This record gives sequence, structure tokens and C-alpha cells, in this order.
Amino acid sequence: MIAFMTRRLLLGVMTIWLISILSFIIIQLPPGDFVDAYIAQLSSSGSQVSAAEAENLRQLYGLGEPFYVQYGKWLARIVTGDFGESMEWRRPVTEVIGDRIWLTLLLSFAALLVTWGLALPIGIFSAVRQYSFADYAFTLVGFIGIAVPNFLLALVIMYFAFVWFGASVGGLFSAEMALAPWSAAKVWDLIKHLPLPALILALGGTAQLIRIMRANLLDELRRPYVVTARAKGLSESRAIIKYPVRAALNPFASNIAYLFPYLVSGSIIVSIVLGLPTVGPLLVKALVAQDMFLAGTIVLLLGVMTVVGTFISDLVLMWVDPRIRHQMD
Amino acid sequence: MAQIDSEKYAVATQLQLTWWRFRRHKLAMISLVLLVLVYLLAIFADFLATQDPHATDARTSYIAPQPIQWFDDNGFNPHVYGIKGVRDMKTFKLVYTVDPNRKVYIDFFGQGYEYNLFGLIPTKVHLMTLRNAERGDGIYILGTDLLGRDLWSRLMVATRVSLTIGLVGVSISLFLGVLLGGISAVYGGIVDTMIQRTIEVIRSMPTIPLWLGLAAALPNNWSVLQVYFAITIIISLLAWTDLARVVRGKFLALKEEDFVMAAELAGASQGRIIFRHMLPSFASHIIAAVSLALPAMIISETSLSFLGLGLRPPAISWGILLQDAQNIQTLALAPWLLISAIPVVVVILAFNFLGDGLRDAADPYG
Repeated sequence: MIAFMTRRLLLGVMTIWLISILSFIIIQLPPGDFVDAYIAQLSSSGSQVSAAEAENLRQLYGLGEPFYVQYGKWLARIVTGDFGESMEWRRPVTEVIGDRIWLTLLLSFAALLVTWGLALPIGIFSAVRQYSFADYAFTLVGFIGIAVPNFLLALVIMYFAFVWFGASVGGLFSAEMALAPWSAAKVWDLIKHLPLPALILALGGTAQLIRIMRANLLDELRRPYVVTARAKGLSESRAIIKYPVRAALNPFASNIAYLFPYLVSGSIIVSIVLGLPTVGPLLVKALVAQDMFLAGTIVLLLGVMTVVGTFISDLVLMWVDPRIRHQMD
Repeated sequence: MAQIDSEKYAVATQLQLTWWRFRRHKLAMISLVLLVLVYLLAIFADFLATQDPHATDARTSYIAPQPIQWFDDNGFNPHVYGIKGVRDMKTFKLVYTVDPNRKVYIDFFGQGYEYNLFGLIPTKVHLMTLRNAERGDGIYILGTDLLGRDLWSRLMVATRVSLTIGLVGVSISLFLGVLLGGISAVYGGIVDTMIQRTIEVIRSMPTIPLWLGLAAALPNNWSVLQVYFAITIIISLLAWTDLARVVRGKFLALKEEDFVMAAELAGASQGRIIFRHMLPSFASHIIAAVSLALPAMIISETSLSFLGLGLRPPAISWGILLQDAQNIQTLALAPWLLISAIPVVVVILAFNFLGDGLRDAADPYG
């Protein structure tokens, strides 16, 4: 178990390290160095930057030095919490991102809960009542979930909500709450707005999990031990839930580590369509405006968030499923 | 399998067995036919287009879909209605609408804008063109967008771009997947561990932000073609991992098979064992994996272009078409722009069914 955790932790650290390199590459990619871009941006808005100031900035970021030196300097500053300044907003990147990163996390987590909450019972139901009308219906919904990219789903739902109810389904807050400081009322407002985006985001993953769960459970249900359990007079629900379902959960569980990155990824694009105040719209705007510190930081934060989230879900699974604990020893 | 007598069954090749089994999968067969049709559509995209997909005209902005009228008083005489300008008496703006009193007749195999058939043969022949067209008239089967471009024609060209990007992307992924998955399985040890860890790292990264970041860094002055290939490469760099896992798994399983041992004992070289004996027996698995990877590729490209960071106009792809349908104001005004979503969903579904059918058929003895 310790070995498993250590392995996971090491893998997580490696992933974060790789993501940090990729984020830095993204910052570096636009032509010219970013101090040039920064100065151009400033002078276009009227303010002047002295040569000494520019030189200071270059020194600070180690521009002109080899890539790994620049990367090292950048990383050292990141560790102390200095992510640089957004060129477009002319404020520290952390300030621009603000609550958005937490809302992204919240949305992804909510979608994860929805995925689990839907896939598990539906998967069990579809397997137990194989070839029933409901099974076919769920299979159909599942295929749609796989085939419709979630941004498209968001678009379509938004359109029909508008046509049928004349309502806009976008946003995570009501208009009057969006700028209000945090309070109990605002949190409640958020909770009321969260289910729809979470559901849209969760559908693709849910559809896949239902299929996996159904297939696994069908395999288990054909095993002799289920027949034995029934023959010994166990109630149907006990004969299904107590043993086969638990056995079928194993591959289901191992897939969850890849579900969270998938959800975080999807949240970007769903947020843009639905106009949610997560980092998604900010990232795309930053990339289009070549505001590279902001963009790089968001990519890095999302990556770190994903790795931490995946690690936590691994721990939860180990706690839930004793076989993972013992298997890995 | 009843109609195939056992003698035929015994001497059939792997490919035949797979095909027989695949044929029984109805949904997969329908999907296969459908996909062949869609790819044919893509090949003849320009021929099927009724208008230059890039031509803009303020007069034809947001024209609702116009069905072709196949008959008039003289019997079969396909035509569409012309466009006329009407002064809106509230705003005094000139608004262009459909005029049912003026018929514009359709010619088949007439001359339209110039294009290269199969990318090689310059021609002007189109399936449908207009005979007595005035400025602004056109065959608007699916309506037009804000800039007055015909959605049907754009959809045809977009289908070609989006479908080929999937193919090119999957080819790159397949190459990387087979190479690295194969190396991983054949050499084992530290190489295997390293490749497997890399795969796990890639799989645990959120892909869209990374794609976006890399795609945004493509220089602005790149040509459509350069961006096309760059986007394909970016997408496939993160997409080869599934294929590599399939290849590695199959390789390891087959290594233990008796026929591999027999080949080894008979003195076959490693290359011969891999390519002559092992590869044919898991080729069908690879094909199945590819047909499941294709829709993922198509979704990736569509998503990137939809966000404005994939292909860029004047390129046309499904994502770019959907980009026009991005906000609710536009959709309220021109709901037909959402039509471009239908081929995306249908093609992705078809690939999924096809992949499922192939996966079942890939193991003909099972």
C-alpha cells in the first residue's frame, strides 16, 4: 500500500514537473521575448518604459540566458508564489485568476460526483435488467453522451432553454450575485446554478463509465458464485450488491484516475459556451491576446490541480476498495 | 455462421473470419456504409457545393434554409426562389428576403466556381448550378451565415477538412503507438518502464489547456496548410498513448503463444516473427483501436477550432462552422447554423459503432 502510494506520488510529481516545463514553453513560444511584448503593450497604451526598467525586467527573468536558466529562475519565483504580471490586465496574475481557479475546481469536482452518482446505479441497473427497455434507453443516451462533444451539448441545451423557456442557462451566479462579496446567499446561489453545467460536463464520462460498469457486472453475474449465492437463498438485492457489484468495481475504479483530467479539460470548453466564471474563458482570452504569463500560469495551475485531484481520488479508492490496498503490496 | 459450411470455415483466412463475424453486427455494417458515403461526400465536396464556400455577399446574410422546389406548373422543373430587397419601413434599412414570385431554375452539371477535382483536375462542373441567377440568388439548402456564405457548400468542404484531419492525425498516432508500444513490449525492462510511465504522465494531464497553449503559439503568418498540419501533430502527440497500450498488450499476450514459439524454434528471425506471424493476428485489434481513436481526433480538432485556436479562417472545418453558432444571440437569429452539429454527431456515433463491431469481430475464434 505504501509502495502504491509512493509510486502514485512520484508519478504525480513527475507529471507536475513535465507540466511546468510545458507551461514555460507555452510562455516562451511567441516570437520575440516577452519583455519586448510587454514594453510594446505598455507603450501602445501610452505609458513609457525606461531602458533601465526594461533591463531590470530582462535580468529578473534571465532573458538571453539558456533555456534551463530561464526556466530555473521562473520556477524559483513560482515556488515563492510570484507568477508574474498579466500584460493585458497589468495586475499580478494571481489577482486576475482569483476565485476562478476554485470555481473551476468546484465545477470539475461536482461533475465528478455527478458521474459517479449516475454511472454506478445506472450501470448496475442496465446489467441486472439486460435487454430491458430501460437498458436500451440508457444505452442510447450513453451513445449520445459519447458522440456529442460537451461543448455541443451545452450549445444545444442553451438554445432549447432559450427557445422553450426564454431563459438563459449560462453563468454560475445570478446577475445580482455575480459581483457581490462572498456570503451565505451567494454560496446558495452558486449551488443552485451548479447542477446544469456539472451535468453537461459529466455526460460524456458518465456514458463511458456506464458501459464499463455494465460490461463488468455482466461478466460477474455469470459466475458460479452468484448462482451459489442465489441457491443459498440470499435476497436478490443482496446477491447482486454485496458481491458481484463490488467485484465489478475494480476496473471501474482504475478508470477514475483518468476521469478527473478529462473533466478539467472539458470544463474549459463548457465554461466558454455557458459563460461560466472559471479559468476557461480567461485562458482562451489570454492565449488570443498572447498574454503569456497569465496563460502559462493557468495551464500550470490546472495541471497541478488535476494531479492533486487524481491523487486524492486514488486515496479515496484505496480506502473504499480493500483489494487495491492488498493488490499493490 | 450457419450459412457458411464448416469446411469453408476451416480454411478461411483470419481476414475472412473477421469479415464474416463483422457482417453480423448490423449497427456496425450500417455505420460502415454511412462512413463510406460521408467520405465520398468529402471527396466530391466541391462538386456538390452549390456556391463558392468563401464568397461573401451582404445581401444574402442570414437567409433561412430554402428547400429546392422540384416541380412547377410544367412538371419536373427544379428551381429555387430569388432574393429581393425590401425596405423595412420601421428602420428604413434594405432587408433582403426570399421572393416566391421569381423562380431561378437549376441546371445539373452546369458551370460554377473553379476548383480542382481530387486536388488535381481543374474543373468548373458542379452538381447543381443556377440558370438565370441575379446577384444574391443561390441554392441555399441549409441557409447562409452572417457574411452571406452558403452553409451547405461550406459544410461539404468542412467535412473534407475535418475527416482528413482525423485520418492524418490517426496515422501519426498509429505510427507513434505501434513504434513505442512495440518497443515497450519487445525490449521490456527499463525501456518498457520509461515508456509506460510517460504514457501514464500524458494520460493524467488535462489535454485541452495544453493543446490550446501549443496551438495559440503557432505563428499568425502561417498558411492554412501549415496550421492544418501543425494542429494535427499537436493533437496526435497526446493521442498515441491508447494505441501504444493496445499494441503493447497484444504483443505481450502473443509472445506466449505456441505459434510464436514454433516460429522461433523453426529459426525465423525476430523481424519475420513480428511482421509475418504476430502482426497479422493483431492487425484487426489495431484497426478496431484506430476506428475508436478517429472520433476522438475529430472531436479534438472541432473543439480547438471552435475556440478559435485550431484551424483559422479562411480554412473551413466543422469547428469553424460551429464557431459561428457560439452565442445565443446568433442562434436565436439563425438557428440553422446549428445544423453543422448534426454531421459531427452522426460521424462520431458511426465511428463508435464501427469500432465496437470491429472489436467484437477482431477475435473471430472467441
